[in-house]
Amino acid sequence: MIARLSRVDKVYGNGVVALRGLDLAVGEGEFLSLLGPSGCGKSTVLRLVAGLGEVSGGRIEWSGTKDGGRGDIGFVFQEPTLMPWATVRKNVLLPLKLRGVPPDEAGARVREAIEMVGLDGFEHAYPRELSGGMKMRVSIARALVTHPRLLLMDEPFASLDEITRFKLDNDLLTLWAKQRWTVVFVTHSVYESVYLSTRIAVMTARPGRTASEVTIDAPAPRDESFRTSPLYNEYCRNVSARLAEATRA
Amino acid sequence: MASVPTIEGKRAAVGDADSPPATQRRVDLWTVAGRALPPVAIGVIVLVLWELLVRVKEIPYYILPGPLLIIGTLVKDWGTLYPSLLVTLAITGAALFVATVAGVLIAILFTQSRWVERSLFPYAVILQVTPVVAIAPLIIIWVKNIPIALLICAWIVAFFPIVSNTTLGLNSADHNLLNLFQLYGASRRQVFWYLRLPSAMPYFLGGLRISGGLALIGAVVAEFVAGTGGTQSGLAYRVLESGYTMQIPRMFAALFMITCTGIVIFLLLNGLSYLVLRKWHESAVKREG
Repeated sequence: MIARLSRVDKVYGNGVVALRGLDLAVGEGEFLSLLGPSGCGKSTVLRLVAGLGEVSGGRIEWSGTKDGGRGDIGFVFQEPTLMPWATVRKNVLLPLKLRGVPPDEAGARVREAIEMVGLDGFEHAYPRELSGGMKMRVSIARALVTHPRLLLMDEPFASLDEITRFKLDNDLLTLWAKQRWTVVFVTHSVYESVYLSTRIAVMTARPGRTASEVTIDAPAPRDESFRTSPLYNEYCRNVSARLAEATRA
Repeated sequence: MASVPTIEGKRAAVGDADSPPATQRRVDLWTVAGRALPPVAIGVIVLVLWELLVRVKEIPYYILPGPLLIIGTLVKDWGTLYPSLLVTLAITGAALFVATVAGVLIAILFTQSRWVERSLFPYAVILQVTPVVAIAPLIIIWVKNIPIALLICAWIVAFFPIVSNTTLGLNSADHNLLNLFQLYGASRRQVFWYLRLPSAMPYFLGGLRISGGLALIGAVVAEFVAGTGGTQSGLAYRVLESGYTMQIPRMFAALFMITCTGIVIFLLLNGLSYLVLRKWHESAVKREG
């Protein structure tokens, strides 16, 4: 177990109730997807987990760290969120620079992260010279450079075209199978969540809470053949039905 | 102009389906010449017509001197005009420098707290909207040292665009990037140096370009008001003096120098802006047609 959210509420300053009584546990090494309709508070959950906001009620408990804190967290936003004035290398270096990691060690880790997402050769390119998919890769490399024990991804591929998205899905799965970090992945795509996840938490419309959970018991490594398998279709039907039910309720 | 290295060749390796946006194209000599030709042609035509008009209508030189006479006067009187140019340049440059340093510092102060900004910004506006012609006499009375008085006048005119633009820029940092910095536990100082300051750069440079021209105008207006003679006098005083003594060609020559100075300042600041932003900011990057 890495984190447990118990009866978490979130009410924004303008009175909008984003979450009400949300329970969610994040296990070590799992790929957990939060699936729900737009505006159901999926992103809010990630922000609370990342410490970018305070819960209004309930609590978030952490385990596995010495101080009981959240430890190192990587965050991939919906947009690539890169600094346009900095090269790929400097963008990936940012988290290490902010923490004062010595240059030698930082340099090696930046190289490793850039290589991991397949961007070697682009270290000195500026974000505006890159395509949408490549910018997203930089964003992922930046999130991985600190070797986080928890990677939070907020609809990272939503603004990409389908071909690029499939490619990034596959690369992400390959990386995850190799490194086994824990991932919490927010998406509104049933197909993407079934393809990627070991477990899916289906959320209700606002105020959000988890309506049901599905464990995707499909063998790893998954590849394109999984997308067309009967098992995949079966899971997609099941999850779609749950999502429809959660949205209605 | 150097072109940014293209990444086309490597794209296949990463396998993205969408193509990367604009990479800069080489702008060759012909394109530059082609762009410069129309305004230069217009200028030449107007000068020729002007010269012809003056000669055909036999307009006396003290009403309207022809361009050839003006150029001749410029060469003949260079000994008087050049030192005046240096005086005006010195005041303009110093005013722009002080406006930049003070402007950026004031903008940083504004962004430290809303209270400071709310309390002080109205006074920056008041300074900006009060015509410098109206307050220049006061400043010249109060400040005994004439060059310093001129500097203050030019500064008052020049500093507002820098303050207002830089303040806007410092407050325009991407919210998601701010979140990211918070996530990695960045200190206030780190957020300022690594995020707010670079974000403000295009805004600051935009302000600087406006202020460059304004500093010159401020200096010239103040010189007009001060109207001092002697060795310390700038180009504006040469214009005044030539008017009093009916040396109209010299008046035009001095005016011509003021205009050229303004153009050079504009081109220099444009070049600076391009150099700083060419790698990343949309304003400095050629759009792919």
